Amino acid sequence: MAPVTFDHVVKRYTADLTVVKDFNVEIKDKEFMVLVGPSGCGKSTALRMLAGLEDISEGEIRIGDRRINDIAAKDRDIAMVFQSYALYPHMTVYDNMAFPLQMQKMKKPDIDQRVRRASGILGLDNFLNRKPRALSGGQRQRVALGRAIVRSPKVFLLDEPLSNLDAKLRGQTRIELQKLHRDLQTTFIYVTHDQVEAMTMGDRIAIMNAGILQQVGTPGEIYDHPANLFVASFIGSPTMNFVPATVQDGTANASGFSVKLPKPVSAASGTLGFRPEALTDRIVDGGTSMDMKVDVVERLGSDQFLYGQVGGDQVTARIDPRISVAPADKIRLGLDTRGLHFFDSETEQALI
Amino acid sequence: MSAVQTAAARPVAQKRRAIIRIRPAKWVLNLLVVLIAAFWLMPTVGLAIISLRPEALFQQSGWWTVFSAPSQLTLSNYQTLFAQGFASGGLLDSLVTSAEITVPATLLVTIISSLAAYSMAFGRWRGRTIMFAIIIALMVVPVQVALIPVIQLYRGFGDLTGFNPFGTIVGVIIFHVAFGLPFGIFLMNNFYGGLPRELLEAARIDGAGEWRLFSRVVLPLGLPAAASLMIFQFIWVWNDLLVALVFLAGNKHHPLTIFLFDQIRTLAANYWILSTGGMISILVPLVVFFSFQRYFVRGVLAGAVK
Repeated sequence: MAPVTFDHVVKRYTADLTVVKDFNVEIKDKEFMVLVGPSGCGKSTALRMLAGLEDISEGEIRIGDRRINDIAAKDRDIAMVFQSYALYPHMTVYDNMAFPLQMQKMKKPDIDQRVRRASGILGLDNFLNRKPRALSGGQRQRVALGRAIVRSPKVFLLDEPLSNLDAKLRGQTRIELQKLHRDLQTTFIYVTHDQVEAMTMGDRIAIMNAGILQQVGTPGEIYDHPANLFVASFIGSPTMNFVPATVQDGTANASGFSVKLPKPVSAASGTLGFRPEALTDRIVDGGTSMDMKVDVVERLGSDQFLYGQVGGDQVTARIDPRISVAPADKIRLGLDTRGLHFFDSETEQALI
Repeated sequence: MSAVQTAAARPVAQKRRAIIRIRPAKWVLNLLVVLIAAFWLMPTVGLAIISLRPEALFQQSGWWTVFSAPSQLTLSNYQTLFAQGFASGGLLDSLVTSAEITVPATLLVTIISSLAAYSMAFGRWRGRTIMFAIIIALMVVPVQVALIPVIQLYRGFGDLTGFNPFGTIVGVIIFHVAFGLPFGIFLMNNFYGGLPRELLEAARIDGAGEWRLFSRVVLPLGLPAAASLMIFQFIWVWNDLLVALVFLAGNKHHPLTIFLFDQIRTLAANYWILSTGGMISILVPLVVFFSFQRYFVRGVLAGAVK
């Protein structure tokens, strides 16, 4: 129930080891913000600084209007769900959830009421007297969530909470977490390396790489308008096609095709980017088209992906699943230039 | 369903082969274990039987004759010893003195070690690595080397405060605590170091301060280590003769070890007291061992992470 502000935050372990560099994000009240990036990108460190588990080397973090740099973790009014769940193994499920309330010296009947409400929400009523070791992975995960929600904290921190669950349970829990966020009306900050989790759950996504914030935006913005080459390659599956090209008179020339750029660019060369769904079997008169030599065909039922060569470049296309294609076939594909991106070869920033 | 089937239908041939290969080896091993155990138990069994035979028989026949004539067994030795009551210098007085030394020395070492190890394992103060190295180094100091310096230290303390711990039970306790701490801290620190860091971080975020972090999370999880430390320390202090002999010189109360030591004379020994008192002195650590055994729970951390 509070906004969170990262204001020029830096985390430095030694003089030449800086894991978070000049991190600036404003997370709105009640927002579901996802921090996403490859492992070692600094997303967990950013979260741990907010939690009070790591010192802040430079800059300032605020919860609401309160600067929290020098406030102990226990006084920050936050709750955190750990990747490993970190349940207290010697306590029952009930006591695990009651622990944070006991720490606040809350009265017993109030604790009881809150724990029972949380266990009701999470479907843990039948497990309250069990120890964590007698629970399945999914149940443990829910206890960890329960321990967080009993407190009604200002901010929820979740550090890759789904990565220890199997694929099916992960999908379910993803939906449950979104419901929980809607019901609790609290700020959620969620760290993950999984772009699918980021895209499906986040109101907004902050993408990090090598300690640097790359882009903040809604899933749609980030997918349609990636700020740079890294974001474009990180989000989306299969990944965006990247083809080196030179530019002459507003036309980009790649090894296997040429395309008129929708917007003039100042650079003479760079990287063309387009997602597989922009390269299809629909060929428009006067539009851009190219020939692909197919290497691999991937049928997913609803989609069909072709991996192959266009000129000298490796390219992925998504075509109608009813078209029958075999490896080594040649197929003519059309490029929808509305989904075209162009990245500067030096700065890797998106120019289109 | 399928699991049951595979278990039942597992090839019989494989099972038979397992029997042929493993059974004899296991059989031999078991026998070997029993033989070794019997060999090591022999003196204790002998001692127990001697303590249960009349004193007069000791000179006439060996304890093993009891197997052909079980009627010679009697509790008279124990009755005679206990009948002496709590007179100073007697067995019961020694038993009480042993407990007076051992119980505080054990509890203090366990408590102080746990606290110190918590600070070493999770604290963030400067120099704790060096401090830990120094404490480990203290483990190699032999007791014998420290006897005279400690007596001098006690005397200095006496000159300063008017209370010289030399010759008192307090002095013996302090000595045992000081010598138990390095190993205690080492043991507890190693165990605490293996606790998942996330557990402590979770407790911190849940609002626990240092004290409750220690008392509600670290201490309960460290129980198996604390229990083994208590057993080690208890047995070490209970069986100590040297320190008590040196530091209780002139005190009319003696621990059991000195009581037993006094029964050995130049020409003869009170074998019936030695065997009976010896059995009593063995029984106490045994009781301690078995009552703490239930804390040796394997997998205390199961379910904590992942």
